[in-house]
Amino acid sequence: MARTLINIPPTAKRGEIIEIRATIGHPMETGFRPGDDGKILPRNIIQRFSCRYNGELIFSAEMFSAMSANPYIAFYTTAQNTGTLALTWEGDGGFAQTENVTLTVTG
Amino acid sequence: MLNFRCLSVGLIGLLGLLALAANAQTTTRQDMRKSGFEFMGPSTQAMQKDDTLNPGMLTIKDGEALWQKPAGQSHKACVTCHGPAARSMKGVAARYPSFDDVLKRPIGLSQRINQCRVQRQQATPLRAESADLLALESYVALQSRGLPMSPPNDPRLLPFRQAGEQRFMQRMGQLDLSCAQCHDANAGNKLGSSVIPQAHPMGYPVYRLEWQAMGSLQRRLRNCMNGIRAEPFAYGAPELIELELYLTARAKGMPGETPGVRP
Repeated sequence: MARTLINIPPTAKRGEIIEIRATIGHPMETGFRPGDDGKILPRNIIQRFSCRYNGELIFSAEMFSAMSANPYIAFYTTAQNTGTLALTWEGDGGFAQTENVTLTVTG
Repeated sequence: MLNFRCLSVGLIGLLGLLALAANAQTTTRQDMRKSGFEFMGPSTQAMQKDDTLNPGMLTIKDGEALWQKPAGQSHKACVTCHGPAARSMKGVAARYPSFDDVLKRPIGLSQRINQCRVQRQQATPLRAESADLLALESYVALQSRGLPMSPPNDPRLLPFRQAGEQRFMQRMGQLDLSCAQCHDANAGNKLGSSVIPQAHPMGYPVYRLEWQAMGSLQRRLRNCMNGIRAEPFAYGAPELIELELYLTARAKGMPGETPGVRP
C-alpha cells in the first residue's frame, strides 16, 4: 500500500465547488534509467488516475513516463449529494489502490 | 546670546545625527540570516507550507508507522520506551549533532537512531539514506518544527565545531571552491539558474524536487562536494558531522522547518 495525502473538505453546501487534491507516494520509474548495475530499470509508473463520486466517474487522468515521482493531482467538482469519493490509482505491475473519502453535503 | 543659541541648536542637531548613525549601526547588526525557504519561488514555498501538498509528509507518515512498529529481538518499538513522539521528541532534533559519551565524539540524529536500534531494540542498523532511516529521522525532526535550532553548549563539541568551521572555509575539489565562497560571499546571487542560499540546515531531511525524494543534510553536503568536483566524504564520516555541527551553530535560533521542500 502506497502512502497517500488526500485533501477533500469533509462538508460542503449543495452546489458548492470543492477542490480535491491528492498525492500518492510512487517512484514513477521511467523505464529509461539505468540502475546501479547498469541495466535499465523496468518501467514502473501509474498509468491512470480516476475519481468516482457515488459511483459516477467525475475525473480521470492518464499518466506517462515523464511525470514526477509522487504525482500530485488537483481538480474541482460540484458537491451534489452526501456520499463517497473513490480515488483510484492504477499502474504497472498490477498496481491498484483505491482510497475512499466521505463527503457530507448540507442544504 | 544668539550665537550661543545657534551653537546649541547645532549641537542638538549633531547629537541627533550621531543618534541616527547609532541606529543605522544597530540595523546593520540585525539578524541578516535567511532560511533557504525565503530564496525559493512562491509555488515551492506553498508546497512546503501546506501539509496536504508537501510530499515530505508521505515520508513522515511512514516514520509515524515505524515509530509504533516493534523491531529486532527485543520486540520493542520506539514508542515502547519513548512514548508518543509529539511529547518525548519535542526539540530533540534541534539539538543534534550532539556529543556521545561512549563514542567520545559527536553523532548525528540518524546515527543516534541506529544506535538505539542496535543497542536497545537489538535490531540491524538501517542503511544510511535508506527510506526507513529517513522516515524515522524526519518524523523525529518534525517534532521540532517551529522550535529554534539549539545546538548544545557542550565544551567537548568545541574542537569538532571549529574543525567544521575550518572545513567550511577551506577550498576543495577540482574547482577549488570552499563552502563559504558560495554560501557566505555569494548568497542570494545565482549559480547557473539556481539561487545560492545561505546554507542553513533547518529543513532537513528535505524533500528535494530535483531528487524527487527525501534526503538528509549529509546527502546535500555530498551533493555540493560532487558539484565542486571534490571527492565526497562517506555517509556518517566525522568530517560531515563536523560540518553539520558548524552549520547548526550558524543557524542557532532559527526555527525548524522539517519537512522542508527545496527546488
